[in-house]
Amino acid sequence: MPEPLAWQIGKVTAIRAETPGVNSFTLELPSWRAHRAGQHYDVRLTAADGYQAQRSYSIASPPSRAGEVDLTIERIADGEVSPYFHDVIEVGDRVELRGPIGGYFAWEPPLGGPLLLVAGGSGVVPLMAILRERASAEARPPAALLYSSRTFDDVIYREELDALAAADAGLRVIHTLTRAQPPDWTGHARRIDRAMLAEAIAAAGAEPLAYICGPTLLVEAAANGLVELGVPPARVRTERFGPTS
Amino acid sequence: MTEGFVSRGFVGRSRDPGERAGRVPPGQYLTEGFPVLSAGPTPQIPLDTWAFTIEGLVRTPVTWSWQEFTALPSRDWTVDISCVTKWTKLDTAWHGVSLDDLLAAVEVDPRARFVTAHSFGGYTTNLPLTDLLNNQAFVAWEYDGRPLEPAHGGPARLVVPHLYLWKSAKWVRGLRLREEDEPGFWESLGYHNRGDPWREERYSGD
Repeated sequence: MPEPLAWQIGKVTAIRAETPGVNSFTLELPSWRAHRAGQHYDVRLTAADGYQAQRSYSIASPPSRAGEVDLTIERIADGEVSPYFHDVIEVGDRVELRGPIGGYFAWEPPLGGPLLLVAGGSGVVPLMAILRERASAEARPPAALLYSSRTFDDVIYREELDALAAADAGLRVIHTLTRAQPPDWTGHARRIDRAMLAEAIAAAGAEPLAYICGPTLLVEAAANGLVELGVPPARVRTERFGPTS
Repeated sequence: MTEGFVSRGFVGRSRDPGERAGRVPPGQYLTEGFPVLSAGPTPQIPLDTWAFTIEGLVRTPVTWSWQEFTALPSRDWTVDISCVTKWTKLDTAWHGVSLDDLLAAVEVDPRARFVTAHSFGGYTTNLPLTDLLNNQAFVAWEYDGRPLEPAHGGPARLVVPHLYLWKSAKWVRGLRLREEDEPGFWESLGYHNRGDPWREERYSGD
């Protein structure tokens, strides 16, 4: 029998607001194991009467940060676990979790590129781990992130993405805001479509290795679009979520 | 060790002591929607090129065309399904053919103990033969009275409702019967070899 993936008690050491509905929680782990960018942890909450609830959350931090992970969590209004994180959890609290989990939607430098990342909303979290991992790699493959958000204020990691792209000619970040745009907005203002995917492929480079994460409809459209534009299906990795609460 | 741990201030949703509660495996929550999870793009499979094959340790390998397959004796199935990503959906309604009927058509070699399901797009998953017998499993081409959508595994999908849903191979195109077990796609990537939700067999070693 393989070694079970044991539950452990992490300690919340920092909470950072990313957007009005999205926070990053830094958890210090007693049994930390290096993850692969793109993987997730399972979180388990236990009430005093023994009732339990579990959810999976993507790791936002790169594996180079030993001993701790950042989980970036969107608050889902009618959810059960995400509202607990947003409304109850404070620095110093303890959280039960196990991981890292997931072996396919993951990237490390030997997999190479060019990297084509497509995100919808909080689907950007595992892709951010990939970009952070790439930023600290010795050989950085060309990369493009096509990132759909509802509004400007909903863009998670906006300043860090700006800084990464400004410092790196090999990285292009393409934003689209689907619901509302600031008056001086020069980016796209519609749902991800074929033209945007073609622009992202051109920015990344031919035969890209694609990672797509977001709501089901966005992932379906983006994955099908990339295949229609000639990206081999075996080079397209997807992670889909409905509302995860 | 985390035994006895209580999450400070966690109350959770209202407990459901009724019939539903006994149908939700540990660590799962109920959903009304039908989330889509898969590792890559959704393959588009024209029905005139679709075929379903049973091969390996069988007396007579069989390949059915779409017309032949959907003309096999079929019935409605109402089952509860659980995905390893934590959601459970009750009373899902499918239409398809029992694995018992499919396997009867090929006459299984007595040495066969395991099955690998193969899908269009390259996905595989492995199952003990015993998990597919006695009306525990079927291949469905309708969901909720309509043709099964590609995103949910259409044209046809294996459904093994008593195991986590990654065992219910989408876009299934055939079964290979074998003497030895061989891990499939997720089973090679850290997920449990059998995947019984009631024993919470999510990952290797659970």
